[in-house]
Amino acid sequence: MHGSRIPIWFFIGLLLTVYGVMIVCYGCYEAITGKYAPAVQLTNLHTPIWWGGVLLIIGLVYLIKFRPGRGNQ
Amino acid sequence: MPLVSVPTHLAFASSPLARLNGLDIAVIVIYFAMVIWIGFYLKGQSNTSEEFFMAGREMTAWIAGLSFVSANLGSLELMGWAGSAYQYGILATNWYWIGAIPAMVFLGLVMMPFYYVSKTHSVPGYLDLRYGGEARSVAAVAFATEMILMSGVNMFAMAKVMQVVLGWNITFSIVVSSVAVALYVGLGGLRSAIFNEVLQFVLIWGGALLVPILGLYQAGGWDGMKRNILTNLHSDSYFHLWRDTGSFSANPMGVQWTGIVFGLGFVISFGYWTTDFLVVQRVLAAHNLRAARMAPIIGSFFKMAVPFIVILPGLLGLALRDPAMANGIPHLVGEDVVAANPGADLHSYNEILPLMMARYLGPGLLGLGITALIAGFMSGMAGNVSAFSTVWTYDIYRPLINKRASDSHYVLVGRLAIFIGVAVSIMAAYLVMRAHGIMDYVQALFSIFVAPLLAAILFGMFWKRATRWAGFLGLFLGIIFSASLFMWVKLNPAKLAVVALSPYAKPMAENVFRALWAFCFASIVIVLVSLLTKPKPVAELDGLVYGATKLPTEEWVPFYKREWFWATAVGIIFFALNILVW
Repeated sequence: MHGSRIPIWFFIGLLLTVYGVMIVCYGCYEAITGKYAPAVQLTNLHTPIWWGGVLLIIGLVYLIKFRPGRGNQ
Repeated sequence: MPLVSVPTHLAFASSPLARLNGLDIAVIVIYFAMVIWIGFYLKGQSNTSEEFFMAGREMTAWIAGLSFVSANLGSLELMGWAGSAYQYGILATNWYWIGAIPAMVFLGLVMMPFYYVSKTHSVPGYLDLRYGGEARSVAAVAFATEMILMSGVNMFAMAKVMQVVLGWNITFSIVVSSVAVALYVGLGGLRSAIFNEVLQFVLIWGGALLVPILGLYQAGGWDGMKRNILTNLHSDSYFHLWRDTGSFSANPMGVQWTGIVFGLGFVISFGYWTTDFLVVQRVLAAHNLRAARMAPIIGSFFKMAVPFIVILPGLLGLALRDPAMANGIPHLVGEDVVAANPGADLHSYNEILPLMMARYLGPGLLGLGITALIAGFMSGMAGNVSAFSTVWTYDIYRPLINKRASDSHYVLVGRLAIFIGVAVSIMAAYLVMRAHGIMDYVQALFSIFVAPLLAAILFGMFWKRATRWAGFLGLFLGIIFSASLFMWVKLNPAKLAVVALSPYAKPMAENVFRALWAFCFASIVIVLVSLLTKPKPVAELDGLVYGATKLPTEEWVPFYKREWFWATAVGIIFFALNILVW
């Protein structure tokens, strides 16, 4: 847990950022093309866009705040 | 019948609930790559036994606290309790609130100083210091056995989810998850397990939180959900936590408030959260005493919130249950009914959470939801094998097999214990497949092992008079007594009425009452034997027993950083929540 080590929060930020980008992009694709998974309900809420956005924002905050070498834990 | 035979409904599942596309697979693969990367990254920081088994005692209160809760978020929590909520309603929440919160706060405020000041590496290690090698050996062997069986339960549940939801082969799921857990814990030790547990905790929320949000939206909010349950089941007992616990027959679970308060709220809860090394190990890794005391209190806030992602989906399943509708949740049945009707395309209670995920989560999000389930299972498995490795190495191998080996030798033994433990767990997973339901099986383990252990720890920590032989005999005879009660009811189910004090009692009531009787029995043994044998001199109890220990003075911090302040906040929220759904 020393400053020179990568903190766990950075790993979390990285993973959430990657997931956020993937899910938001797919949500945009769904919204543009109108092609939704047939068995899924409430597609009109465009959940991937806003939930992916939440993941992306949280991920970016952690990624920046806890980047290696910044001395955070 | 061969040991590893798989029931027909598991081996040849009907059509899966959902199909993953490329995006979902990518989400899952990235998760596996990340946890294994963390294992490799932390390998260089896990060279000594203190680093490998205790994570160098460098964890902050937040990391230790989140890990403390996450290690408990295994298959039991995610699928089992969602299924129990579908079966019994909001009563299942008692296992999260009164069945956890008071014990977690007590651990932080009262017990942690003794664990931490004694510098023990494990709970059996504390028994060794307090009572001697006999009690330690009994606790270590019982705990190691329990951990392996629990790990098997986790594996089975994970593989079952993968089969039901995705149609994956059960052996494939077990092997892939086991190899990943063995790799990252075997490489990075407890530090890697803790890091991944924190990561998994975040993913569980990120993947599972959408289900109750969207479910509540569709059901018309909290009031709409209650209206639907009333229409579907003609009973409002499903959304009352305490109101109908005055008698066994008045609530769906068949339990009474005395069993919930004393059996669950005291014996099972305190036994698990304050003496089970699986969770206590995470707190022992804290970097100082204040962090060690704060960690369970931080964890208790999150524990109180877990019903939102576990209990609520079960309740929503009841509210949205409508087999006649194309988009309704099917009527769910017990595991035994599914097993008896292999061609009927039935689903069990335990499948409610994946059913709800398949209902609301499209590509990408479904992958995240499945990743949340896998993460939950893996955190539970990792907790089991890392705790097993420590107890095996420190409390069985070192004192009983090889006392004078080098530090690096013990680290090697610990690594090997992880790989061997995972292999034995796989065998246990196939055993579990033959058991009826997940919950009763695990609850039986708790009450058999944990209740006598709680008695030994509490008397050891708070009664200077408790003696070496009292600790050993209380623990040993308590386990035998508890296992005998279990077998008595197993062989003659009519005796449930005797154990749980009512002809209306159901299996869940048996678990809590059996734990209560086992605790009482072990306590009586400890008191009687202590009075007949010679106690240790008080000078030898320093750092181990209340009243004989001078606790270190902690540095001054403002009130909002003190554990008492946050424990009070936990208490207020705890009472408010219980009153809210009384």
